[in-house]
Amino acid sequence: MSHTIDVAYVAELARLELSAGEKATFQKQLETIVQYVEKIGELDLAGIEPTLHGQSLVNVFREDVVVPSMDRERFLANAPERNGFEFKLPKIVEDA
Amino acid sequence: MDVSKITMVEAAEGLRTKAFSSVELTQAVLDAIEAKDGELNAYLSVDAAGALRQAGAADAARRSGQAGDLLGVPVAVKDLINVEGQPCTCASKMLEGYTSAYDATVSAKLRAAGAVFAGRTNMDEFAMGSSTEGSAFKVTRNPHDLTRVPGGSSGGSAAAVAGGEAIAALGTDTGGSIRQPASFCGCVGLKPSYGRVSRYGVTAYASSLDQVGPMTRTVEDAAVLLQALAGCDPRDGTTLNAPVPDYRAALRGGLKGLRIGLPKEYYIDGTDREVMACVRKAVDACAAAGAEIVEVSLPHTEYAIAVYYIVATAEASANLARFDGVRFGHRTAQPESVFALYAKSRAEGFGTEVKRRIILGTYVLSSGYYDAYYGRAQKVRTLVRRDYAEAFKQCDVMMTPVAPTPAYKIGEASDDPLKMYLGDIFTVPANLAGLCGISVPCGKTAAGLPVGLQVLGPAFGEGAILRAAYGVEQEVGA
Repeated sequence: MSHTIDVAYVAELARLELSAGEKATFQKQLETIVQYVEKIGELDLAGIEPTLHGQSLVNVFREDVVVPSMDRERFLANAPERNGFEFKLPKIVEDA
Repeated sequence: MDVSKITMVEAAEGLRTKAFSSVELTQAVLDAIEAKDGELNAYLSVDAAGALRQAGAADAARRSGQAGDLLGVPVAVKDLINVEGQPCTCASKMLEGYTSAYDATVSAKLRAAGAVFAGRTNMDEFAMGSSTEGSAFKVTRNPHDLTRVPGGSSGGSAAAVAGGEAIAALGTDTGGSIRQPASFCGCVGLKPSYGRVSRYGVTAYASSLDQVGPMTRTVEDAAVLLQALAGCDPRDGTTLNAPVPDYRAALRGGLKGLRIGLPKEYYIDGTDREVMACVRKAVDACAAAGAEIVEVSLPHTEYAIAVYYIVATAEASANLARFDGVRFGHRTAQPESVFALYAKSRAEGFGTEVKRRIILGTYVLSSGYYDAYYGRAQKVRTLVRRDYAEAFKQCDVMMTPVAPTPAYKIGEASDDPLKMYLGDIFTVPANLAGLCGISVPCGKTAAGLPVGLQVLGPAFGEGAILRAAYGVEQEVGA
């Protein structure tokens, strides 16, 4: 398997802007790390079920009852910008 | 009372017999923080007024007939566990200035029991690291040698407990973040089995691995604090719906007849000689006290770090997607597009290790690589679990080193990420397999650095590891 990682592309997927310096450093470090984790490629995993969770609980249900929710003011208090009871955001629709 | 040494159990006794009040006890802890934290940097924030108010309320509750192991006892909290009205920065610029809107379930439980929230402890940013050097705000120092790291990621909690600035603390453990700093600082740290303690209100790093647990001065204190934390929570569907045993009662089982497994893959060259000598001495003491020692094998140990750094970073990349500058946390100034709002807010808010793990996690989940990395890692995780299930047929607990080295120098290992990751080899498998583990002090190096012994137990075997660790503490306790 190739160890070349397109760090710029992955950063775009992650919605994370990286400086040129970070890209270069991560490129090298991540290729080393990925080469290391490829160790798991040597095992024969035919018929092995994946472990998805720390314990194998499935379908934990609760009664569907209405309970009071928390006061929205407490959550809006941490908003970077707000407009009354709304989160205020920069314009996201591009001009036509 | 001497808050630099007092245990939770002794504090509770002092409060019960009115030797001192919670206000006096809390003030003494605040004074200790004031005196020592300029040097140790264990805390990110201290809520003196709030703590004294809670202490006053605890004293009033006691006068009106309330009682309990935690009533009026100050507890330090790692800065990623929400306590309503207090900061919760996760040691990240991303959450500088954030105020918790609600209590995590563990905080609500401690609050209901009358515990006092004195302050918030330092950590590696978003719990990603093993030295607490990843904090965006300060470098915590090891109380046994100020030139060395306290371990991490719960390094602030460990340094506070061991350095006389907290009687007990909460930490979290995703790959060793309670046990390793406990070992480096010489306190007790217990990672509960996955599902034993609620994760609700605890900032998620890797959701299938994270657990909250106690960091204390004695094994008995760990049992008392775990008792208060454990149990099913309707707000965390991964918590086990089963009764919580009496952990304090479990302590007195003794070492006689206990079957202690030594996994041969953990007793390998490469571990510091003095660390290994302390561990061996503790195991020998257990044998002399009547425990039966059996060699066991965990053949997939060598794959655990690889599996961990795939699973943990994949989950982290998804969990940290919520930090986008929209509803809370850092927002970049005047973004030119919605993409820039996300990408720049995250670039400015996150530190280097967090970025590195987000990129790695995004890569292993990306189209074309998912099956080769994440998919395979989950299957190897099954093999790691099976190894433990097989081995626990031959023994009640296992004893191993916690970390391959004692505390290292500040700045020593932090520029080689893979080397740092490999230092987690003895602690990571317990998280992958959902087991419980405890670090208990078992000696010191010639230079005076603490060494911890790790006791691992099967899932929901907290009673067994507490019993064994209590025995070790009695036999070789420093």
